[in-house]
Amino acid sequence: MKTDKRASIAAHPSVVIYLKVWGALMVLLLLTIGIAHFDLGDWSVAVALLIAGVKALLILLFFMHLRYDRREVLVFAGAAYLWLMILIIGTLHDYLSRNWLPRL
Amino acid sequence: MKVEGQPLHSHFETLQQQENASTLGMWVFIATEVLFFGVIFTAYVYLRWEYPAAVRAGSLHLEIVLGSINTAVLLTSSFIMATAVLMAEAGRRRLASLLAAITAAMGVAFLVIKGTEYSMVIAHGFFPGAGGGPVPGREELFFWLYFLMTGLHALHVFIGVGLLSGVAFFLRRPRGVSVNAVRNIGLYWHFVDLVWVFLFPLLYLASHR
Amino acid sequence: MNHSELTQPVDLPARENDSYLAKHTVRSWLLTTDHKRIAILYLLSILFFFLIAAIAAAIIRIELVTPQEDLIGADMYNRMFTLHGVLMVWFFLIPAAPTVLGNFILPLMLGARDVAFPRLNLLSWYLFITGGMVSLYAILVGGVDTGWTFYTPYSTTFTNGHLVTMVAGVFIAGFSSILSGLNFIITTHKLRAPGLTWFRLPLFVWGLYATSIILVLATPVLAMVLVLIAAERLWGIGIFDPAKGGDPVLFQHLFWFYSHPAVYIMILPGMGVVSELIPCFARKRIFGYKFVAAASVAIAVFSFLVWGHHMFVSSQSVYAGFMFSILSYMVAVPSAIKVFNWTATLYKGSISFDTPMLYALGFIGLFTMGGLTGLFVAAIAVDVHVTDTYFIVAHFHYIMVGGMVLGFMGGLHFWWPKITGRMYPEAIGRLAALVTFIGFNLTFFPQFVMGYLGMPRRYQVYPEEFQFYHILSSAGASILGVGYLLPVIYFIWSLKHGPRAPDNPWSATGLEWTTASPPPVHNFHQIPVVVEEAYQYPVPASPPLEAALPGKSQKGEPL
Repeated sequence: MKTDKRASIAAHPSVVIYLKVWGALMVLLLLTIGIAHFDLGDWSVAVALLIAGVKALLILLFFMHLRYDRREVLVFAGAAYLWLMILIIGTLHDYLSRNWLPRL
Repeated sequence: MKVEGQPLHSHFETLQQQENASTLGMWVFIATEVLFFGVIFTAYVYLRWEYPAAVRAGSLHLEIVLGSINTAVLLTSSFIMATAVLMAEAGRRRLASLLAAITAAMGVAFLVIKGTEYSMVIAHGFFPGAGGGPVPGREELFFWLYFLMTGLHALHVFIGVGLLSGVAFFLRRPRGVSVNAVRNIGLYWHFVDLVWVFLFPLLYLASHR
Repeated sequence: MNHSELTQPVDLPARENDSYLAKHTVRSWLLTTDHKRIAILYLLSILFFFLIAAIAAAIIRIELVTPQEDLIGADMYNRMFTLHGVLMVWFFLIPAAPTVLGNFILPLMLGARDVAFPRLNLLSWYLFITGGMVSLYAILVGGVDTGWTFYTPYSTTFTNGHLVTMVAGVFIAGFSSILSGLNFIITTHKLRAPGLTWFRLPLFVWGLYATSIILVLATPVLAMVLVLIAAERLWGIGIFDPAKGGDPVLFQHLFWFYSHPAVYIMILPGMGVVSELIPCFARKRIFGYKFVAAASVAIAVFSFLVWGHHMFVSSQSVYAGFMFSILSYMVAVPSAIKVFNWTATLYKGSISFDTPMLYALGFIGLFTMGGLTGLFVAAIAVDVHVTDTYFIVAHFHYIMVGGMVLGFMGGLHFWWPKITGRMYPEAIGRLAALVTFIGFNLTFFPQFVMGYLGMPRRYQVYPEEFQFYHILSSAGASILGVGYLLPVIYFIWSLKHGPRAPDNPWSATGLEWTTASPPPVHNFHQIPVVVEEAYQYPVPASPPLEAALPGKSQKGEPL
């Protein structure tokens, strides 16, 4: 369903496209709430973030216009995301690896 | 067709250059906000890694129904705002103003629901120190993060409501509002929505119900 | 370039009426949106904070002449070095080159009439002043004794200082940084003159651009981490408290995520200045322009990957330490590339030892020493021994003072004629540069030695065996103080008595030299069109720019 929307993109956004994006977002919202009722153990975070990521992409590409913007803008948006990842992963990798050596 | 004649500042050569600069500037600002929120997301990641049980236990006590409604409210408000920008670009000022006003109203609704949610969580004794005894173990830290993250977010919603109200109001005045201002405030609002899209599952859906 | 020609007052047509300095009202200064005036407002502001921080340094150095506690008590000593660090880092080093030199010169170098968002620029300055006043207030009511690094849990739980007020001041000033960086990025993207492609930009612009990337991406993290320690201190949230599930090392991760790139905020503009000075005073095109430009951006990006090298002994995992160590070695590479390129530019150049060049050469030598010692401490095995000793203190002062301050002074001397329309006295300028260089080395080289021998940092009372080095260091500091004072005196003197400067006293390339000294309010009578690469030294006989400005010598000779 979501791929249909992306395939039918015109050069400029329209209210119809926005409406379809909104529909997709609502579906994803129900999906993420529904999945939360199942015990997926360690995978629950990954799944939740994946769904959130798709929602985020829809908002970024369509509502925030990145789908139609110049490359310059995409670089800036991408940089923000990349730096956020550096912050989180850079900090996390310390905690992840603290138990790799046996405690003396 | 533009909303109205936008003044060209003396250091720019063309209106297009000025608009491009304005949009790019807004994205740089959004990047700074991403890093700003990123710090408490990092703190959350730390807590979830080190004490996952506390996060799961704490999450169960959050008001998932209200949180879900709020998510729907924000997502819908983003749709409305995106449409408002389209209308502003098309020169349909009154419609754009109305849509911006509706977006602002939805922002207010979000804040009201959040306020209700806070009072319910506090009433159940989960605001550390606010009566009801100490929150068990690491859950106290989870609740602090919950209040900090959603509180900071709510502050941004509040600012957004102010900006949107301004847009809605000034779009109806003769001098109007530049399309770029409407677009940039729209970007801000979508960013606020974006943050919530991640806050919601991380805080409210951390535990299976 | 023979400066004796300029010591006689030169009769130039009066430009005061369209100079940006013409209007004298307080309102025209405090409500200005002119980037050139804002630069001057910043210059006065950072000098003010520098003075206070320097007095603190003087008190520290006097105290350290003897091993015992005599001049000030232990608590006051802690507050002194905290004050010194906080003011120097956030209210001098970080703003200085970007907001003074950057604000003034960037639009001129780009052939623009102002920065992209002039009113935002003014707001930046007001935020800076507000933040500074709040921090100053915190200092006056008793200050903070945690060190400028605000490590938890001391800062959040145990200190009795005015922590929240102090971090509030830094928080506010942080937004000033962010907005300035934002402004410079957009200005560089959008306001370049026709024909000024990215690879024709002066390297100072590349340096500022790289600096601005760091400003906008790192500073928000600082802002939030300050909020977190304030919250921890006010409400005991526990994020940095192990008893509540927090981790004090988490603070260090978040703090250094900003503070390491911050040191590159400090040095990158200085490197940019050196890249302007070396070609001009060696009369030779810069060697490897694209490498230097790319190195600037590489430094900015890589600087975000190495913060854990401040935390080798913090109990972060050995594997994280390992990663950060390797990455720290890698971040040295682009800096080294720059040093090689500057050196290659000097080779077979026609070198003149004017004051800006003296500072540039001093920068190269001292920055290299500071950088090399950085490599020593990037090795975990070495750092374990020298961390928190004077070795580290010497390391960063070599870079910040030997590098950044010298770079800033070089730039200030180089662009002084453009900014004020006056020449400073060259002979005293050279003397001051020499005095600074000597004073600096006498102050800080002994610190490498005593740090290696085990003298801890932030200690007021120390074993007798280190006193010799401390005496040398304090003596050096007094000489360094003279080196700082002289320019203040002669710059002020030059405003009234210095010979009037022509448009291009150095026969330098760059669009800023094609307009008047000082520039008119709107920078250029006509926006220039650029047709060739940067650094076309030696300057050719015919004017390189298409839009020739009437009435002015193209080669910058006095009329």
